[in-house]
This record gives sequence, structure tokens and C-alpha cells, in this order.
Amino acid sequence: MAEPATLGTVAAVDAIKERTGGVGYLEGPRGGRPRRVLTAHNVVLYGTLLVIAAYFLLPLWVMLVTSFKTMDEIRQGNIFAPPTEFTIFPWIKAWAQACTGINCDGLSRGFWNSVYILVPSVVVSIAVASVSGYTLANWRFKGSEAIFTILILGAFIPYQVMIYPIAILLGKVGLFGSLWGLVVVHTIFGMPLNVLLFRNYFSSVPEELFKAARVDGAGFWGIFFRIMLPMSLPIFVVSMIIQITGIWNDFLFGVIYTSNERYPMTVQLNNIVNSVQGTKEYNVNMAATLLTGLVPLAVYFASGKLFVRGIAAGAVKG
Amino acid sequence: MAVTHPAEVAAPDAARVRRPSRLLRNIPAKIASIPMVLIALVIFVGCTAWTVFYSFTKSGMLPRLQFVGLDQYDRLWSTPKWWTSIENLAIYGVLSMILTMALGFFLATLLDRKVRGEDVFRTIFLYPFALSFIVTGLAWQWILNPEFGIQAVVRSLGWEGFSFDPLHSRELVIYGILIAGIWQGTGLVMCIMLAGLRGIDEDIWKAARVDGIPTWKTYTHVVIPMMRPVFVTTLVLVASGVIKLYDLVKAQTDGGPGGASEVPAKYVMDSMFGAQNLGQGFAASTMMLLSVVIILIPWAYLEFGGKKRG
Amino acid sequence: MLAPNTSVSIRDLTLQFGAVQVLQTLNLDIRDGEFLVLLGSSGCGKSTLLNCIAGLLEPTDGQIFIKGRNVTWLEPSERGIGMVFQSYALYPQMTVRGNLSFGLRNARVPKAEIESRVARAAKVLQIEPLLDRKPAALSGGQRQRVAIGRALVRDVDVFLFDEPLSNLDAKLRADLRVELKRLHHSLDNTMIYVTHDQVEAMTLADRIAIMRNGRIMQLGTPDEIYNRPQNRYVADFIGSPSMNFVEGHLERGTFHGADLQLALDGYRFGAPQVADRPAIIGIRPEHVATGPLVDSAPIRGEVTAELVEPMGSDTLVWAQLAGKPFRIRMDGQARVSPGDRLPIGIDPAKASLFDAKTEERL
Repeated sequence: MAEPATLGTVAAVDAIKERTGGVGYLEGPRGGRPRRVLTAHNVVLYGTLLVIAAYFLLPLWVMLVTSFKTMDEIRQGNIFAPPTEFTIFPWIKAWAQACTGINCDGLSRGFWNSVYILVPSVVVSIAVASVSGYTLANWRFKGSEAIFTILILGAFIPYQVMIYPIAILLGKVGLFGSLWGLVVVHTIFGMPLNVLLFRNYFSSVPEELFKAARVDGAGFWGIFFRIMLPMSLPIFVVSMIIQITGIWNDFLFGVIYTSNERYPMTVQLNNIVNSVQGTKEYNVNMAATLLTGLVPLAVYFASGKLFVRGIAAGAVKG
Repeated sequence: MAVTHPAEVAAPDAARVRRPSRLLRNIPAKIASIPMVLIALVIFVGCTAWTVFYSFTKSGMLPRLQFVGLDQYDRLWSTPKWWTSIENLAIYGVLSMILTMALGFFLATLLDRKVRGEDVFRTIFLYPFALSFIVTGLAWQWILNPEFGIQAVVRSLGWEGFSFDPLHSRELVIYGILIAGIWQGTGLVMCIMLAGLRGIDEDIWKAARVDGIPTWKTYTHVVIPMMRPVFVTTLVLVASGVIKLYDLVKAQTDGGPGGASEVPAKYVMDSMFGAQNLGQGFAASTMMLLSVVIILIPWAYLEFGGKKRG
Repeated sequence: MLAPNTSVSIRDLTLQFGAVQVLQTLNLDIRDGEFLVLLGSSGCGKSTLLNCIAGLLEPTDGQIFIKGRNVTWLEPSERGIGMVFQSYALYPQMTVRGNLSFGLRNARVPKAEIESRVARAAKVLQIEPLLDRKPAALSGGQRQRVAIGRALVRDVDVFLFDEPLSNLDAKLRADLRVELKRLHHSLDNTMIYVTHDQVEAMTLADRIAIMRNGRIMQLGTPDEIYNRPQNRYVADFIGSPSMNFVEGHLERGTFHGADLQLALDGYRFGAPQVADRPAIIGIRPEHVATGPLVDSAPIRGEVTAELVEPMGSDTLVWAQLAGKPFRIRMDGQARVSPGDRLPIGIDPAKASLFDAKTEERL
């Protein structure tokens, strides 16, 4: 399949070689006219981009510099200025000592809660969504398109509409307030986007491959695990990125479906920063905020183009 | 000589095999789709219907099956806090749709001009989207802090009379939240728009250049009309996100000052879990659902109704 | 009763998608060891029929027998078939060896047995050096060989081919065609082969079934299909350049059309008595005698060349006959210019006569 293209390229190079006596490319300038770097057009273009980039970077900068300042310096200085007296104490305090209510063991509690929520939620939600997407793409049954439509429409239903009855259902099966209850909730609300993602991906796998596997005697799970899965690593990565950032960033479900002891990091962060007791320690607050943003930012910077691909794929077709 | 192969000679009619029951075919596929079917029917359909149903009851601390007709809605629409929520959502919704769409498309066209360092710029514009609304809200709460933030910095530069304290002004607070919302959401719009722009056949650009059409005119007359579906889809996405607005307000202002930045999602949460007035929560969330339906129906009509006719 | 040497037998097969009848009560018997080609233009139902035989599509009604066994509702893997696809459909993440053995592993064949079968298939198809490569590292021809090998290792009764050569370039296609024919001679399996390419059909087939709108228009040997097409559709479909048709009517054994009169001496009518009626006569461009051969033809005339298309081995001359364009295929060496008067001869024994209304052969 890729072969004709390769052959074509080789043939083209050969023709050029003949004409130029084996150099492999034509002498002289190729491509467009050489561009001057400093045109009025470029100055405006890059100037605009830089100004907007500054607006986007500003909050990150402010958070960073604030989190390394002492409270004295914050009271006197300019929030945009870098710290004159560099301190990492706010970070330590945010991680290990900041108080929410009676607990004063810092954000670390929320961090680990979030990790315990994140790992099973990501695994379960992706497992369910990928198998569902595979069923919808390759094993359609009567009404499967209707189910798919409902799932997609489900993405648009405000969560507030479903929160309360879900809480009742979770209570009935004894999962309310437990870690696994939250895993179920994240699986439910991760379905629309991830099922769409997987369904579209599996639909793009040539149908003949699926037919060949059936002739070869592979069944539902055989085709899924031995043919489809090895081919779909990229889409699993995309789905993982979406789920990790989404679940880590969740606030609403954490507040509703868990109890004080199990609050995820976002909830605990909000409680620390917006607590009305005591004097405000802005440096600690900003360190805590950055700590909470660290996991999704790390995922974002590490995944690069896949993150973009994930949201674009989900959004354009959604 | 007639050789007979009893096993191989079959009278077709005698050997006719009935179609096996459809229910028994592809059992693993059916078992595997149980979670999906349950989520779709029990949660998305069932729970939504449950809430709508109970919004006509006199539920208070607990759901109660005592019908009161439209009483909850009467009460809802005569509550000032609900009206504030709706006004805020309207302002925030309209402006954030216009601004994120405009800025997102503008950024996408800039990046589509074969910019050097496109990846770096894209990374910068999109990173806020990876952050939670809580982080976003707290960051902007700090920047807009009147004692230390932008207001203080400008004043310290000698402009003593400068006043910029949106988070503590009843009139301006929603715009303060808007600034943060745009910061968080524009990158997403830019990315979708960029994907849309990249999806346009390069020959269209070549043809426009051969015809001597200036770049801006190519955008307004060719590219934007071609991107119509992308615009519509993005708008629907942004709109459905706007209705869910909750975390950002919770973190940045917690509805303050004095309830001036309440939004419907927060009204629902407060009614259900704070005031223990479930009926109000159900009625308010049903209104949210209704507004989503109002957004979705014209979109579905444009997207799917148009295709069938064309 | 099915004949004892029947390999695949299709009875009243019907397939509907909504209101669309894709297959219309189709009946077909394929002999043991036969190479049957299903030929037709796209949308005629040929691939659908093949997918039904494979078990990849459920028919709406009707029965399918393979080796006397009713397989209508069996899984594809239980039918004793192997299938080769247009896009090869090799599993990209598996090596060639993995691709070949996948079906056997699913059937839990013992390891040693798998190895010997893979080795044998690889030898037959001359892909032994490629066994540990991934499909991406293979050329199109090699991929197609592996795809055939995948059917080969499973020791199946029937091979199904779904346009297997369509993705290859012209030269490779011709080579693989010859190889397929050789393979069929050495294996003696039943092969059912779907294509839209009439050259493939004519060269490979023992019998050809020409399909249109979910029906079989004619089932016959390549010779029958070419020389005695049963209806106008088949006559028109087979042959390139296609057959010339002249409309007119049949009157006491003579065909009258516009200024043309052809006494049909030597034409083999399908029935002893054929009543006079409106009719269409079809004459293949290559059956028009030119040059010295004209003198030996039973009917002679003269036309004016209007357009000449030299094609190397042949020359195609466009003229007019009975007011309609008329193609004549001449030798590649023939020197004809537009405007030349061209003597031609026609042998009615080689012509085809159709009822103008039913378009069936007379």
C-alpha cells in the first residue's frame, strides 16, 4: 500500500539524477523565493503572537514567582517581579502542613487521594469505553446506533441533572461515598467522548481485516485483543491523556460522591485557599495551586501533539 | 456406475436449516455491551427523566412523591438569586462564546500562516486547558487581588487613582470570571479551528492565489464559509461547556460578593446539598437541561437535517 | 438432489438491505475443483454473494451448502473456506509466520502441525525467506502471496477470492494471474473468484457467472460467454472494444436493419423455429473480416473509415453501418486513413442475434 508512493519517489529522483549527472537534485535555488526575515508583515505577525503568548503565560509566571516569595516580600512588592529572596518554604508548607479544617497534613493527603481515584478510574473507564467503542464499530446489534446516539447526547446533559439520582443508585448498591463509587461515576461521564474516540478509531480499521480474522476463527475477544488492541496504541494514549487530565481536574464529583477523608486534590486545594480562617498565605496558596496543576501539566507537556490530537479528534466529530 | 456418497448427497429441501435465534448469536458482544447499554439507558435517559419527573414534586430534604405541579418552577422564577444566576450565565455565555470563538479563530489563522515555532505558540495557548477550573480560578483570584494584583501594581507605578477590582464589585464580578474563562478555554477553540483550517484543501489556497485574491478576502469569502460546520460544532461545544460553569465560580468567588456571581449550576448544587431543597434543585437543573435542548435542536437540524436534504 | 461432485451449492439465496434486493433468489452449483469467476460491474452483488458464502453476511433467505453440508448459519471459520481479500488484510502487527498461523492457532492445532503446514505453504508460495518479516516490509505482490498462504495453510475445501489482484499494478497483476492459475492446477481446490476485470475472468475461469442487479445473467465457460452470449447485456459486457449492435428485425431468416440486409445462413438459432420479430444483431469488432479475408466471408460490403485508433497490436477503425457507429478491429499493421473506403466481410455464424424486446439470444 505504501509501496507505490515509495516507488514513485525513487523514480522521480532517478529522473533528476539522469538530467543532472548524478547529483540527485537540480542545481540552483529550489522552493519558493528566499524570504526576508524582517518584513512589516512578519513584525506584525510575530508581535501579535508574542503579546498574546504573554497574556497566556502571565498567570503561570505570577503563580511561580509568588510561590517562591516570602509573605513580607509579597506585601511590599510587585506580583510580577521575580523573588529577591528565594524560598521553597511555601512549597513545603503547602505539601505537608497546610490546614483544611482540623487536618493539617497539607495537600499530600489530597494528592494521594487523587492518585487512588485516578488509577482505577482511568483503567476502568478506558476498558469499558474501548470495548464499547469496539462493539459499536464492529459488532453492531439492533439498537446499537440508538445507544450510541444516547451516549453522545449524554455529553451535553448538564451533570447537575443526573447527580442526585446517581447518588441514590450508588447508595442502593452500597458504593456511595466509596472510592469505587467515584470510579463508576468517572467511567459513566467519560463514556461519551471516549466511546466516540474508540468507535471512530475502530471504524477506520479496514473492514477486510476484521473479516479475515473471522474467517481465521477469531471471535469477539480474540479479534479485540489480538487484532485491534495491538493496532490501536495511539488512541489508547489519547484516551489516557483525556481521562488522566479530566479525572485529576474533577471537582464536582469529588465534592459530591466522596467524604471529607477522601477528597481529591482539587477539592482540598479549594478548601485550603478559600478557607476563611487565619491569615492568608498567598505564597503557600500559589504553591498549592501549582502542585495541583502539576500532574495535568506534566501530562500535557509530555504528550505534546497527542493531546492536541485527542481534543481535536473528540471535538471536531463530536 | 452410480457411486453414491450418502454423506455428501443431500436433498436441499430436506437439509434446510432454520435461521438460529438472533438472541443467541454473538453472545460475547452482547455481554460486552451491557455496561454501555446500562449507562445509556439507566443513567443518561433514566436519571435525567427521574430528575425532570421529581421537579414536579414537593421534594425537600428527601425526594417525595407528592405532586405540586409547576410550584417549584413558580418559586424558582420568583427567586432573585435564580434571576442573578440566569443573568450572569447570559452575560458570561454570550461574551465567552463570542470572545473565545473570535480569539481562537484569530490565533488559528495566525498559526496557519506557516509560523516559525508554531509548536511552541500552540503549546502556550493550549496549556491552560489542561488545568482545572479550580486552579484557573485561584490563579486569577490572585492576579485580580486588589491589594497585591494588577490594581496594586498599576497604582505603584504612579497612577494612584487606578481602580480595577472586578472580583469585589457586584457589577463587574462576572467579567472577572470571564477573563479567567477565556484564558482557560481559548486554546481549545484555537486547536479545533486549526484542525479545521488544516482540513481545507491546499489547492483552494493555490487557486485563490492564481486568481489574485488577497489573503484576507480568501478568508472571508472562501475559508470561513467552508469552515461553517467547524464553527457550528465548536459553538455547540463552547455553549454546552458554558452551561456547566460551576468549578470556576466556586474557586474564584464562591458566588460572591453577596451572591452577585451566582450561576445556575451553583444554584442547583446549593439547593440540593446546601439548602436541602431538592425540589428547587431539580427544577433548576431541568431548566438547565431545557436550555441545552434549545441549543442542541437548531444545531442538530443544521447538521443532520441539512445533510439529508442535500 | 445435489450432484455428488458438487462443492458449493446455493439455493434460492436472497439478501435484502431494507428495500434493496441485493441478491434475488439466486441458484448456483459449483463443481468440485472448479475455478468459478463471479464477474460484473460494481454493485452487481458479486462481492455480496461471496461474503454470504464466506459467512460474513447473513442472507435474508435461502440455503448454502459446502461439500453437502448446510453451512447457511455457521461461523465463517466452521465452513471450510479460506478467503483472500483485495486489500490483503494482513494483520499488521504479526509477522508473516504469525499471519499464516493465526487461523491454526485459533483452531488449537498442535504446534508441530502448525509449523509443518506453514513451512509447506511458504514453500508452495515461495515466501520462505519472508517468514519473519512484518507485512509493512513486503511488496504488494509478496503481501498477496501471504494472503493466499493464509488460506492455504488451513487446508480448506474452498478458496474465496475477493478482487485479489485489483490493488496491484498491471504487470504484477498479469504475473500473479498466471501463478494463481498454476496454483489452482496443482491444488485442485474449488476456487470462487470475484472480479470486475474481464481479462482475469476469461483467463482464469473454468466457468464464469456474469452478474447484474443480484442475478446471474449467464453461467458458462469463457468460450460460451464470449461466443454465445445469452443476452445483450452479457454480449455488451464481455469483449473490448465491445460488440457492435444493429437494431432491425428478423424476417424469414434474414436480418433487416436500415440499409443493411444480412441473410443469416450458418447462424445457429437457439430454437428450431424462430418467428419473425424486431431483433438486434451483434457483431464483435474482431469478427469483421478485412483485407484478403473479405473474399472468403459469406456477406460482403463496404464502409468508410471515419476515425482510426492505432493500438499497437491492433488498429481500431470507426465507421458507420446502418446509421450507427461501427467498430472494426484490424491488424496492427493495417494502414487505414480517415475517409478510406474499406471492404468488409461478415460471417453470420459468428454473430449474435437478440430479441429486441427481451434482449435474450435467439
